[in-house]
Amino acid sequence: MSPFFIIFFCVGLFPILFSLYLAFQQWNGLSPMEFVGLDNFKIVLTDSLFWKSVYNTIIMGLLGTAPQLIVGIILAFLLNQVFLRFKQFYRVTIFMPYITSMVAVALVFSVLFSNQDSSMANYILGLFGLDPINWATSEWGTKIAISLMVFWRWIGYNTIIYLAGLQSIPRDLYEAATIDGASKFQQLRYITMPLLKPFILLTVFFSTVGALQLFSEPTVFLGQSAFTRSEAMTIVMYLYRDAFRLQSFGTASATAVILVIFIAVLAAINLYLTSGIGRKKKRGAGK
Amino acid sequence: MKEVGSKKFSFSKILMYGFLTLASLLSLFPFYWMFVMATRPSAAYNSIPPTLTPGNMLVENFQKVLQQIDFFGAMWNSLILCVVVTIVVLLISSLAGFAFAKFKFPGKNILFIAILLTMIIPPQLGLIPQYFLIAKAGLLDTLQGVMILSFLNPLGIFLMRQYISGSISDELIEAAKLDGASNFKIYWKIVLPIILPAFATLGIIVFTSVWGEFLWQFTVLRDPEMYTIQVALASLNNTFKVDYGMLMSGVFWATIPLVIIFLLFNKLFIASITEGAVKS
Repeated sequence: MSPFFIIFFCVGLFPILFSLYLAFQQWNGLSPMEFVGLDNFKIVLTDSLFWKSVYNTIIMGLLGTAPQLIVGIILAFLLNQVFLRFKQFYRVTIFMPYITSMVAVALVFSVLFSNQDSSMANYILGLFGLDPINWATSEWGTKIAISLMVFWRWIGYNTIIYLAGLQSIPRDLYEAATIDGASKFQQLRYITMPLLKPFILLTVFFSTVGALQLFSEPTVFLGQSAFTRSEAMTIVMYLYRDAFRLQSFGTASATAVILVIFIAVLAAINLYLTSGIGRKKKRGAGK
Repeated sequence: MKEVGSKKFSFSKILMYGFLTLASLLSLFPFYWMFVMATRPSAAYNSIPPTLTPGNMLVENFQKVLQQIDFFGAMWNSLILCVVVTIVVLLISSLAGFAFAKFKFPGKNILFIAILLTMIIPPQLGLIPQYFLIAKAGLLDTLQGVMILSFLNPLGIFLMRQYISGSISDELIEAAKLDGASNFKIYWKIVLPIILPAFATLGIIVFTSVWGEFLWQFTVLRDPEMYTIQVALASLNNTFKVDYGMLMSGVFWATIPLVIIFLLFNKLFIASITEGAVKS
């Protein structure tokens, strides 16, 4: 077992301890480290670019993942209909984006959503009589394009998880409810939603953690300007830029520590909010 | 089910098929689009309305890709990386999972919880220390440097422990021990054959995640000769004037093998990914 402990130490424990240690040092990777107390945290927390990256990450996280919850449940609900034909075809095609790498997705979207008037996205806007958007350089253009690629790649994954949830609900529950005279909506509300809840919590947790770690999509989508422009800079990109472009490993480590705290807090908040689904009614009835 | 299936054309049915078909088309469109662009000259991109039919530049565009990056070398690097990591993760996870499921040793529960906790720690926290660890070991710009820290896979250990606890009885292990079999022999002769289905599940999860991983590969590999396909593809977009036909050709040829494998084994794929997510 002892080699196992050693690997575990290297992989699991050492980075955590070393990151915490580095967060209190000033270090460019070469010269000796210098203890600076909480200065790194002060520098990061007073840097407007850091807060811009927090804002960007949250906006893109919301736009990219929240709609998936609703659309994913609808798709799973439809795919779970007994009489549905071509079920396998729909399942496979909707899941297919998940197997493409994030880099590939970002590159395809960088072409679909380019600044040119002739890009697919701008052409479609034109069909609706709207003006073209600078997808690669504008404040909302970049965010929407990146959110859409996140949505496109993950919707099938979430749908399949919801589908697994729906399939785990015994059919006789619905039959019994129908006999008792419950309407379709009541069935959805009192049978489907409560029993689907663990699966919703699971995807909410994954989505929150994933959204806060967003890195590959914006970096590859923006290419050359990834670390110089601020419109789509995420927290992890800010961290990466500090570490590997500016050789400021102390502030980068401080950012990593802050990020971990963010993830823990936001995941907890989201899980708390989601676990309220379908419960309010009962609480009200109990009073 | 008759009351639903009997009506041939109901409004809700049309809506349902319409919605699902739209979702399918939107899912497939980018795949088709990368194929179209991979067969067109870059100039086709300026046409309004956008070109939607394939052209005849399939080979030329790919030749341009080959001038920019070592495509086959990068694919080979990714393949080696994925195969080695997958095999090692399967072996380590099953051995550790076996130990956690069937053995008693001091600190077992604490160690198991510690491993589960590393699952929650985001990889970004480890990025900088691990980078210096790899640099100190002289493994920057090597595939070993990329793979070595991913051998210990908490999700893998967790899934294997669950599977082994659920599928192999303690009596079976005891009986083998009474017959004088060593622990390793028990693992090799009894445990391994039984957990092969779980290997398929975990193998697919590990292979696809390593194949698509970017941040760590991008950090460790700076030398174009050592690029994996993800890093190589990303480098195609790193110029001011991008040749879209060339770019999409690279993406298309890097994606198509995965699409084919997925279509052949789609049931196994989808089941594995769902199982991996739901079990954890």
